[in-house]
Amino acid sequence: MKKAGQGALVAGAGMSLPESALASTNAAHAAEDRQPWPYPVAYGKENVVEADIVILGGGAAGCHAAINAAKRGANVVVVEKGALIRSGCSGGGVDHWHGVLTHPTAKVTPDEMMETIHRLGYKYLFQEYGNGITNYILFNESYDALCDCEKWGVNVRDTKDEFKGAEYRDDVTKLMFAYDYDGKHVVRVKGGADIKLAYFNEMQRLGIKIYDRIMATSLLTEDGKQGNRVIGATGLHTRTGEFYIFKSKATIISTSGPDGLWFYSAELRGASTHGDPNNCGDSISIGWRAGAELALMERVPIGSGGGFGYPTYGSGNASNTYACCNIVDSNGKEVPWVDRDGKPMQTVSQRYHAAPGQKIFWSGHQTSREIAGPALSPDLPDRIRKGEFKLPLYADLAGMPPLERRAIWGLMIYHESKTRIIFETYQKAGFDADKDMLQVMVMPADQYTYTPWGEGFGPRQWKGGFVGGGLLFDWDMRTSLEGLYVAGESNYAGGDHALAATTGRYAGRTSAAYAKTVKLLPVDRGQIEAEKARIYAPVSRTEGLGWNEVRAGMARIMQDYCGESKTKEILELGLYWLKSIKENEFANIHARNPHELWRTVECMSRMDCGEVILNASLNRKASCRALNFTRLDYPQDDPQEWQKLITLKLVNGEIKVGEKPLDYHLQAPYAPTYAENYRRHNRLSQS
Amino acid sequence: MYSKAYLVPNPPMPNRGVSIDPNLCVGCQQCMEVCRGDVMVPNPVKGKPPVVMYPDECWFCGACKFHCPVGALTVVYPLNQRIGFKRKETGEYYRIGMKNPPPPCTTPPAA
Repeated sequence: MKKAGQGALVAGAGMSLPESALASTNAAHAAEDRQPWPYPVAYGKENVVEADIVILGGGAAGCHAAINAAKRGANVVVVEKGALIRSGCSGGGVDHWHGVLTHPTAKVTPDEMMETIHRLGYKYLFQEYGNGITNYILFNESYDALCDCEKWGVNVRDTKDEFKGAEYRDDVTKLMFAYDYDGKHVVRVKGGADIKLAYFNEMQRLGIKIYDRIMATSLLTEDGKQGNRVIGATGLHTRTGEFYIFKSKATIISTSGPDGLWFYSAELRGASTHGDPNNCGDSISIGWRAGAELALMERVPIGSGGGFGYPTYGSGNASNTYACCNIVDSNGKEVPWVDRDGKPMQTVSQRYHAAPGQKIFWSGHQTSREIAGPALSPDLPDRIRKGEFKLPLYADLAGMPPLERRAIWGLMIYHESKTRIIFETYQKAGFDADKDMLQVMVMPADQYTYTPWGEGFGPRQWKGGFVGGGLLFDWDMRTSLEGLYVAGESNYAGGDHALAATTGRYAGRTSAAYAKTVKLLPVDRGQIEAEKARIYAPVSRTEGLGWNEVRAGMARIMQDYCGESKTKEILELGLYWLKSIKENEFANIHARNPHELWRTVECMSRMDCGEVILNASLNRKASCRALNFTRLDYPQDDPQEWQKLITLKLVNGEIKVGEKPLDYHLQAPYAPTYAENYRRHNRLSQS
Repeated sequence: MYSKAYLVPNPPMPNRGVSIDPNLCVGCQQCMEVCRGDVMVPNPVKGKPPVVMYPDECWFCGACKFHCPVGALTVVYPLNQRIGFKRKETGEYYRIGMKNPPPPCTTPPAA
């Protein structure tokens, strides 16, 4: 083919088309003599892999699951669509570790924290830490999981004494705490930038087999029937298009949650997307088609999914990674910080301490004063509008006390996901935290509330973020399907890194125990053939629509028909549209190579997620502020009779709606207390 | 005097994602192998840098840069992702990607 003028080949800029291309009206779909795909393509070629435990998704949850299952003697395989060594949200790093309540100087015990959560009425979820089961696992195992990471090479503690004298540093344990220096329940993860390397190396040491570049596409069930025991999974190689059949005794699904269902913008994806863009809701789609029960699918994450931002944490911020950084306006005037009662604070130090009589606080959107912490003055938007504070604002790193400054720039910014690149790029460009202030992005005044500014703001139609609904599970982290376990954000109650690590290690143990009691089963050929027909349809055509236009089209449907203006008619129109797209545009997608096929099959996952969310939304006939769910036709907020989980699953291809009490995990067949259930199910005492 | 004209689709947005210095690159393809989005493909010429085929799928995570044994990669934030900063003492305003930036800061991270 004709190459570009000079230098290395660059996509888009230099790929020329031979004359025969001009015969086609679609320049993107012309000519046989374009550059061939650089990998050997073998669509449909089957590869069979057997293991005791197959783990779908090699992020934080999948890695902790794999390691803990392997340590119990299981033969483990992990299937990862990217490259496990850097995949997932934590592939770019992690800067803080939540729920650390069992370390030597902790102030609150796991049981005390659970009692507090219950007393304060966090019925559906507690922040992004899940439901009762996952909260309890997190609070009990977070410190142990962190200690595991240390054994695997993550240098969390301040052993070099660089932070000696810092309020947040414990002189005995050398752990460094974030946000709440009194409650001491969030640990700063020095070394988090390379945490996936530590996981990868430990997995290599244990002989765990990693299958990179394979997207998990479906579950295999006993006799090929929906709702039966899960006996394996299928996969698509993203470079060769080959088909993989994984046979397992137990399967763990840990493919995170769906990002980017409500938006697709090449202009804004990438740098200003916080979650791994590969996260497209595979667990929901895969579980759904196999007949697993899903819960809370109508939940809408708070805030926008991504939008008009800068690289995440690459602009001035007051919370999260930049917790309690000075914020000044363009004249240097400081924006005040207030305590949970709105009283202005006098010193920087006070921003990191509990109120008198308060044992512990959690940053973020707290609905309860008891565990609310300091925040930037909530009337900041008004004061900007009135001209008291002049935009742009700046994160005044230079004005912070040195050890607080160093904690933000150099510790959190470096180790948090994708911030090492920010640290290196900005310093190379002359940014010096000792001298400089980082600009806060310019936004409409109402956006300057105390929420992470680092992810930008988006149109209200754009929903997304980390926590929506997912797979229902029990005290074994087992889904409604025998043989299928869930870890990390794939569970209905969501989570962050610490939750992924703890539910991962837990599910690794429970699935390993189950795997000892069962045998591998033969796969059903009919199920295999149906799956191959589904995923290879886009390469069975020679022309058609591109995956990205279809993805943007589906996002449009979610924006219009699954946004703030929900009614029965709107939601049903949304389902009509998705069904119609499935029959028309979707049935005409053409993938020109295995990479495009991969992205197309991800669109299939997104389509399933959209359908499930719309159906779940139809079935909650009440608004619910706690779930950020509003219905115009049922405006009453969370009436008593709707305080329950709405569940959905497929039974013989038909949607069956169910429900569960919010505290299903403390009712029969389980014990009435967290401690007793945890004791019965945690499998810690078994090898 | 002027560049040759080609019939090609629009460049992707963002244009680059990462850039690879062909003078430093040894063709080991580590960058390509660790990329979650598989945005790079092998160069048709053996030993030459991988081709950044899908910069619109880049997450800007830097994995490629960190795994390059010779430091040949630079992560390139697109123009719409370049923020400003102000030097507190002088009030001077700078921005990422400007033509004559202030001297680089060499403070190491806490590792």
